[in-house]
Amino acid sequence: MPSGMSLIVKTVTRLVASFIVLFGVYVALYGHVSPGGGFAGGAIVAGGLILVMLAFGRRQTRNMFTHGMALGWDCGGALAFVAIALLGYLAGDFFLNFAGHGDPYRLASAGTIPLSNAAIAAKVGAGLFGVFLALAVFRPGQRQEGEQ
Amino acid sequence: MTIGALPYVLALVLMLIGLYVIVAKKNIIKIILGIAILEYAVNLFLLLLGYRNGGAAPIRSPEQTDNVVFAAGAVDPVPQALVLTSIVIGVGCLALMVALAIRLHEKFGTFDMTRIRELKG
Amino acid sequence: MDPIMWLLLALLAFMIIGALIAAETEDLLSSVVCVGAVGAGLAIIDLFLGAPDLAITQVAVEVLCVVFLIRVVLTRRDETHETHKDTLAIGSVVLVLGVLLVLGGWAMTTLHPFGEPLLASADPGVAGQYLAGGLEQTGAANYVMAVLLDYRAYDTLGEATVIFVSIIGAYAILRKTGRVHHALGNEPDR
Repeated sequence: MPSGMSLIVKTVTRLVASFIVLFGVYVALYGHVSPGGGFAGGAIVAGGLILVMLAFGRRQTRNMFTHGMALGWDCGGALAFVAIALLGYLAGDFFLNFAGHGDPYRLASAGTIPLSNAAIAAKVGAGLFGVFLALAVFRPGQRQEGEQ
Repeated sequence: MTIGALPYVLALVLMLIGLYVIVAKKNIIKIILGIAILEYAVNLFLLLLGYRNGGAAPIRSPEQTDNVVFAAGAVDPVPQALVLTSIVIGVGCLALMVALAIRLHEKFGTFDMTRIRELKG
Repeated sequence: MDPIMWLLLALLAFMIIGALIAAETEDLLSSVVCVGAVGAGLAIIDLFLGAPDLAITQVAVEVLCVVFLIRVVLTRRDETHETHKDTLAIGSVVLVLGVLLVLGGWAMTTLHPFGEPLLASADPGVAGQYLAGGLEQTGAANYVMAVLLDYRAYDTLGEATVIFVSIIGAYAILRKTGRVHHALGNEPDR
């Protein structure tokens, strides 16, 4: 039995999936200049990864996406956000926007806001994708599956 | 009732529909959907509270150089910021509820609340 | 009346009808799809009320919600039948909700009317201060992000913790290791 969905879905997914993930990263990184932000960008990235997984089936993507990877990015994003918050103590206060504000309307502006956006995007994207991974692996009445 | 309160009242109606689903339905998935509807309604209500007539999105473009003019024409950014996180919290909690529903279905073979209660113990 | 008001009322009516169908239909899959339609309506309202950030987030999240729920509903048998015998209980619920609607609607008339929020009044409050000095104080052109990650970043840290805990909780409930026993090899596809 061929794995995943039909050929049409697979071909279209091959064409668009990378662009969806790229758009998610763009939305997250440019959140302080244009509409978007870490939450939206993370959800879009998770949507792109879920599309790949649904189109190609669990068997083909087993080595691409693992639970450890999702959990690692999730925890890493959360820790990075807390670290940015704690780095504010360098300048004197919790969550102080210590970095220079720079030139407005540029990517490198607004101090810690783009960094926080990137951390939140990693956390939200990996978290939502990890939940879907757990849901997809889970089958009722088949407890004897492996973890991955 | 004035026309100015009509959107609020319709958001309240949507909220009460969600509440009705939570209270009156027996299917666990239906209850999860009710919570989702309730959450949409509350988000919508907060957003409606911040809108001003003819307001633009609170995002500056380089042409808008005057702070006062911009502040007089933008909608309220604070409810938007709070709702933004609330939406994502909603999907996280939905995932948690869905996981619980899956485990319940695995154990009892049904989504029906009353039958789960009978089968317990 | 403002054209945006007509649009808003039409979309709200669409959302209410969608929610009613989601509440009353027998088929769970149709119910899930109707909730997806309600969320799509909310995204369009976000777009017209000057909240493009919310519209993007709502659309992305809505797709994920519908995928999660369809994933659950599609592969599981369900023989729940809503019995309509207990009309007394349903009637009392509807009665209480009706009282809530009347009292709530009365309370809504005391709020600032739609389109003239606190921000537009003589004393704009904290939101007015954010709008007046946000670009100089934070350097971010998007004021929603300025509020979210600079002025009220501590709030966002708490909310990020809630998301983290809920997702880890879902993971812990669905995990395989530590449950009964497991053997590798016969993993089903997809």
